[in-house]
Formats: sequence, structure tokens, C-alpha cells
Amino acid sequence: MARFTLKVNGETHRNVNVDPDTPLLWVLRDTLGLTGTKFGCGAGLCRTCTVHMDGEPVPSCAIPVSIAEGSEITTIEGLSQNGGHPVQQAWLAEQVPQCGYCQPGQIMGAVALLAKNPNPSDADIDEAMSPHLCRCGTYQRIRRAIHRAAEEV
Amino acid sequence: MNAITKVSRREFLKLTGVAGTGLVLGFHLPPKPDGWAAVEPLTNSWLRIGPDGEVTFWVHRPDMGQGARTALPMILADELDIEWPQFERVFLPAVDPQVYGSQTAGGSTSIRTSWVPLRTAGATARAMLTSAAAETWGVDAGSCRASLGTVVHESSGRSLSYGELAEKAATLPVPDDPPFKDPEDFHIVGKPTPRLDNPARVNGSLTYGMDVKVSGMLHACIARCPVFGGSVTGYDEAAARAVDGVRGVVEVPTGVAVLADSTWAAIKGRRALNPKFDYGESADLSSAKIAELFDEKQAEEGYATLDDGDADAALAGAAQVLDAVYEVPYIAHSPLEPMNCTADARDDRCEIWAPTQAPQWAHGVVAQTFGYEPQNVTLNIAFSGGGFGRRLIPDFVVEAVHVSKAAAAPVKVVWTREDTMHHGYYRPASRHILRAGLDDSGNLIAWKHRVVAHSIGATLQGSDLRGAAREATSGARDLPYTIPNCHVDFCMANTIVPVGYFRSVYNTQTPFANETFIDELATAAGVDPVVFRMRMLDDHPRHRGVLGLAAEKARWGQPLPDGHYQGIALHYSFGSWAAEVAEVSVGDDGSVRVHKVICAVDCGIVVNPDDLAAQAEGAIVIGLTAALKAEITIDEGRVVQGNYNDYPLLRIDEMPEIEVHYVKSDVNPTGVGEPPLPPIAPAVANAIFAASGVRVRRMPIRPEDIRGT
Repeated sequence: MARFTLKVNGETHRNVNVDPDTPLLWVLRDTLGLTGTKFGCGAGLCRTCTVHMDGEPVPSCAIPVSIAEGSEITTIEGLSQNGGHPVQQAWLAEQVPQCGYCQPGQIMGAVALLAKNPNPSDADIDEAMSPHLCRCGTYQRIRRAIHRAAEEV
Repeated sequence: MNAITKVSRREFLKLTGVAGTGLVLGFHLPPKPDGWAAVEPLTNSWLRIGPDGEVTFWVHRPDMGQGARTALPMILADELDIEWPQFERVFLPAVDPQVYGSQTAGGSTSIRTSWVPLRTAGATARAMLTSAAAETWGVDAGSCRASLGTVVHESSGRSLSYGELAEKAATLPVPDDPPFKDPEDFHIVGKPTPRLDNPARVNGSLTYGMDVKVSGMLHACIARCPVFGGSVTGYDEAAARAVDGVRGVVEVPTGVAVLADSTWAAIKGRRALNPKFDYGESADLSSAKIAELFDEKQAEEGYATLDDGDADAALAGAAQVLDAVYEVPYIAHSPLEPMNCTADARDDRCEIWAPTQAPQWAHGVVAQTFGYEPQNVTLNIAFSGGGFGRRLIPDFVVEAVHVSKAAAAPVKVVWTREDTMHHGYYRPASRHILRAGLDDSGNLIAWKHRVVAHSIGATLQGSDLRGAAREATSGARDLPYTIPNCHVDFCMANTIVPVGYFRSVYNTQTPFANETFIDELATAAGVDPVVFRMRMLDDHPRHRGVLGLAAEKARWGQPLPDGHYQGIALHYSFGSWAAEVAEVSVGDDGSVRVHKVICAVDCGIVVNPDDLAAQAEGAIVIGLTAALKAEITIDEGRVVQGNYNDYPLLRIDEMPEIEVHYVKSDVNPTGVGEPPLPPIAPAVANAIFAASGVRVRRMPIRPEDIRGT
């Protein structure tokens, strides 16, 4: 075990006592109680666990806590108070979620895309979002919601 | 059993823990309990109108993303006549087969079994509130009208809110046949309505099974033998215990569980176990061996489930006879939330938190397995991150109870993605042997379909051969087409690979065979595929309706973009009709791109059009993954695939544009969770033929099957 200092959603957590190889995902979920970030594959293959590290979307299941230390980490809980972020609002306007399990990761991916490319084409969306899996089949609505958010941001 | 009963305050308090002031009505959803409820239920749903006007509806069905928790309240709120969404809802926390009746989410049943009972409940409450107002004013109830939470006496202009009337209404008798609203007056049903729980899905606050936290809970991962039928014979307990955070190692029937303070410690501890296995008798099972078993079984006598006319004689006299064999593999449900369950098992009682589609099945099996009194098993239904049928099977719940008992502590058992892939209850593999004859005018005069399949019923539910045959030939024995001579039969080919209910069950595979073979016959007859089908559907207006609507909306037969081709398919399942047109292009390398899917559905009255669209989109996407990508193969007695690198799902860059249309209808509604799935694979296969001239007869459809011929 080792002690880490993590900056998550603007808050500094000192003395996070976990194994250095613990994926950031499990520190967020089990240690810090931030369960909005979901476990899907454990191998960076589905992006259900996407968070931002210094604004970059990363699969938190594949990032050891030792690497996350020192970065600004943002999770779905830190995106807005009460789901008011324009991307979250667009997700509601288009009624994207079915089971909803992958959607925190999808939303974090979309927010990162729009930060870089405020007006993405369908092709841009496909390229940026293709690592994110959804078994319920909400992709068409994800495309629409990203376009809607782009108009409103 | 649509009986509406007034629930006494005492009884209501006991059932729900909520003080029952105001008007409380109990009723039962759905009207008929399924086989898992051993005891005839009393009521399982309640409607309460409080003196403050607050309306509460207790809806007891699990929601794994299908939207029933919004659609069911819509029906009730409309008939009760209140504003939407003026609703407080409580997800019933516990399961009790003696009280609740069926709580299963499966078979596209939630809407179709709830429509009449919910309208009855709403109409009953509305009638009682109206009578209460009439008595208050000393006027005839017929001169009063209920509207949007208020009863109005039109001639005097007086009005009272439902809240003001609730206490008085509770003292009145329950009317026998309260009149339903005229569907023309629906103000909620039929309007696209956002799901009530989606805000919690986009801010990360919804608690899925994986997110359950119980005081004093340990986390567990289980080392299971990867070979079906095998067992763990040895392991390095000391190495596991040496991992930081590991608290113990216990043996359970399915393997060896590592108990830890965190999920990661449990995962690492399991890695350290280095288990040794006895692979049992199936260590040499492979997909090739299963194919050989199918070869053997298909030669045996089939169990007939349809035998009209004399198919063999008609074939002997046919002008053209066509033969085709279709192959369908095992596939995994692979919901994005891996399997998990939390249990706190004591000597005489047990509490469970499970993301399950069939809570009562789990409840019953736990009580029976561990000898608990049923009332001492509390099962809390957690939200599911997808189910698709996998979460009907109670294996993961029973296993968690074993672990908690052995650990003498509350435990959350987490399955990794690989665990979920390796220990599923897979969509059965099947083979479809078809033979059909056309007369010299191109009319279909004979049809034979032999389904060779792994039986769910026989391996999971103890079904006899008749039951197994009827289940496995569903979608095959109920052909809508008028064919004078038909024979459908079943040859059972079971292996040790566990099988279960995948979204649409055998209707994921029988229409793949039926509807591509119909297309082959249309080509042989030289007739357009839509015309060929239509002329055999005189007795099936609802099939004709969706087929015609899909063809019209897809501009069937009109010019398409260069290199694009269409294919069509039609199927009825689980009470609803669906037809789809797929527009595809095929690359020189045999790669398939699906550009567009036009879907037409007839599910009677559409309760929530947006949910219909969402369910159809989802069914088509999961069907496309099955058609183009998904396959579970077996080697050395185990599942080969482990994660999304070798079990790929459709991704957003492969997503077609999907348009969903529905037939306007005033018939009682039916479900849409499953029916839009079956037509997509044959529609794509038929479009591939139009594009390439190649008939693909196995799923998943592989580039080499197209390019190679």
C-alpha cells in the first residue's frame, strides 16, 4: 500500500491509501465512493469508465492510481451540479439513455470532444466516440445529442 | 384477475411501509401470475391519492432500460386523468411471491399485461372521486366530470381537487365496471414522453447493482473452472491472503471466492490463487464437436410441431425444389454492467440486492437452496445495466448467498467482464434445414423446416420433448404465409454449454432462416420479394400492414444511392408485428455496411412513441451485432471469447440511420422490447444478396462468405 494525493472534481483527497497498481476506477468507486464512473470491461475496451485527466478522456480502468496522481481528475459527478451541464441536458432532450450504464462514460467522452471541436461533423463524432460501447443501441441518439449540445454550448 | 380492492390502512402500511391515508386502491399486475409465483397473489401494485393531492403509484417491475417504469405510470395517469408527470413513484424494495405475483421483466409483457388492469385502476379511482364530489354537492354523479386532478360540477361551476376528495372517496364502495376514457381523450398515452428516471442516469446518481453498498460489506471475486462441468481442486490460499486487502478465502459450489476490502484487492487476490482444476468430462468439447453432434441429431426423427397437408408429396410434384441450411452460433448477452450481486446471509434469514430481471425466481431458488422460510428472504431489486435475458437466470444470486454464508458477512460478488463472458447462459446454437417447392406458376406449395437446436427448456426448466420442440420452433411453426403443405419439426442437440433466454429467444434465429429462404424462393419464382410475401398474406392483415408500411417508407423499388441495395424481412413475435428494410452496400473485400434501416411496427395503441423508437433502435442494434459480429465459440470445453477485443459489439461508426414507423391502431397495446429484433438479420442478408448475388446462410455474416463465392 502507498499513500496518494488525488485531485478529483476540484477537491483534494490526501492520504488515499491503496496499492500503487490500483486502477483509478476502483479508487474512485470503492475508496472515494464516486460510483457514477462505471466498471465495464477492465481493459480499456468499452470506455464505460471514462473520466477526464487534465481534460483528456481516459479509461479509468486502465490508469493506475500512481499515474493519476498530480492530474486534475473530473468524473460525471464533477461535471455539473444536478446534471445541468449542456451535454447532460442534451442527453435528456434526446432521451439517450436506456439502461444508462454506459452513459456517464459516453457523456464524459462527448464533453471532451466538444471541448476540442465545438462543432463536430457526424464523422468527427464517429471517430471520437467509436471507442465507447453501448449494448442498448443508443448511438443514433448520442449523435443527435452531441449535435444539439454543440448548438447550445 | 383485474379486481380492484380498497386496501385498509393497516394492510397498506404493512405492505409498503407508507401510512395509507387518502384513497388507496390495490390491484394486481399482470392479471395472470407466471409459474414462479407459487401462491395466488393478492395485489402487487397500489395507487394512492393523498389528502394533499399527491398521487403515488407503486410499480413493481424491474427496469433494465426498457422504460416500463415510465410507460406503466403513463397509462394509469391518463385514465385517472391527472397532469403528467404529477407522480411520486416508489420502486418496491422487496420481493415476496405470496404478495406480489409476477415481477418478471421478460417476454415483452409489461405493457400488454398491464394495459387493462392499469386502466381499470385509474378508472375506478376516477369514478370514486367523482362520486365523492357528487355526494359532497348533493348532485348526480353524471353531472360531474373529472379532469386533470379536479372534479367539476359543470352547471354550477363548482370544483374540488382529487386531494380534497380522497378521504371521502375512500369511504365509498368500489364500483364494478367503471367506464374507461374514450381513447380520443387520451392526453398522455400516445405522446412522446421522457423517462422519469433518465435525469439520474445522466448525472451518475442511479444506483445499479454494481453500486450497492451495504454496511460491513466485503468484496469478492470467484475463481471458477473455465471448463463447463469442471471444478477447482486446489489453490494457493496463502498467496491470495498475502495480497493487501484480502481478508479471506472461502469455497463455494461454483469455485473459490476471495474476500477483500475492495474490488481491486479481490481481483488481485484471485489472480494470486493460481487454482488447479479438474476439467471433468467435457474438456475436449469444441465448436467442431458440437457441429458433429448437430450432424448426428439432424439425421434422427424430428418432433413435429406443425404438419399441414402433405409436404413430402407436394415436394415430389413441385416444379422447383429449393434446399438451404442456415447456421446460428451461441452468443452472449454481454450487458455493459457485468454480473454482480450483494448478499447478507445469516443462519435464519437473508437479504439480497440483485440487478435481476426475475426477482421471484431468484427469491424462490434462494429460499429452497438454503432452507430459508420464504418470508425470511428479502430481495431488493437493483437497477440493471442492461439485461437482455441474462439476468433472468438466478445463478449469480444463489452464488452470492453461498459466498456470504461462507464468509459470515455481507458480500458483494463482482464478476469481471471475462467472468461474465465465460459463465453465461448463451443464446442457443441452432441449425435450420429448409426445403420448399414452387409450382410452375411460382406459387409456394410446400415448406419444410427442421430446427436442430440446443434446448433452453429441456436443460434449464426440465421441459419434456414437446415443450422443448414448441419453444425451439417458435417463429418457425407459426409462419404467416398461406402455404398448403407445411411441416416443421425439431431435433434436440444439447451440450453442456449453458443456454438461456436472449432478447427474442428462438425468434433471433428462426426468422433468419424463414425470411432469407422466403427471399430465395421469391428469386426462384422471379417475383419481387414484397409482392411474393404479400400474395401469401391474405389472412394476415397486420403482417400486411407492417410489410406495406416498411416498403412504403423505405421507397422499396425506387432508385437508391450508387452501390446501395435493399432487403426486407417480416416477423411476428411476442404479440407484435415488425417489418424492416435494410439498405446496405458490400465492398469488394466482402465487408458489409448497413446504411439505413426502416422499421415498421404494429403493437396496437402506442403508449410512448419515443420509447417504441428507442426499443426498436436498441433491438435493431443488438440484432445487427448478432448478424454481423457476435459468436461464442467453444474450445477445450470452455468459451474462447473473453472481452470486447474478441467479442466485438456494433460501434457508433457502424451505426445505420434508423427510422421507426408504426401502424396507427386502436387495438390494445402489446410489447416492443423484442419484436423489432427478429427481422433485422434476414433483412440484411437479403440486402447482401441484392448487392452481391451471394446468399449468406450463417451468422455472424462474414466477409469471406460473401467474397469467397
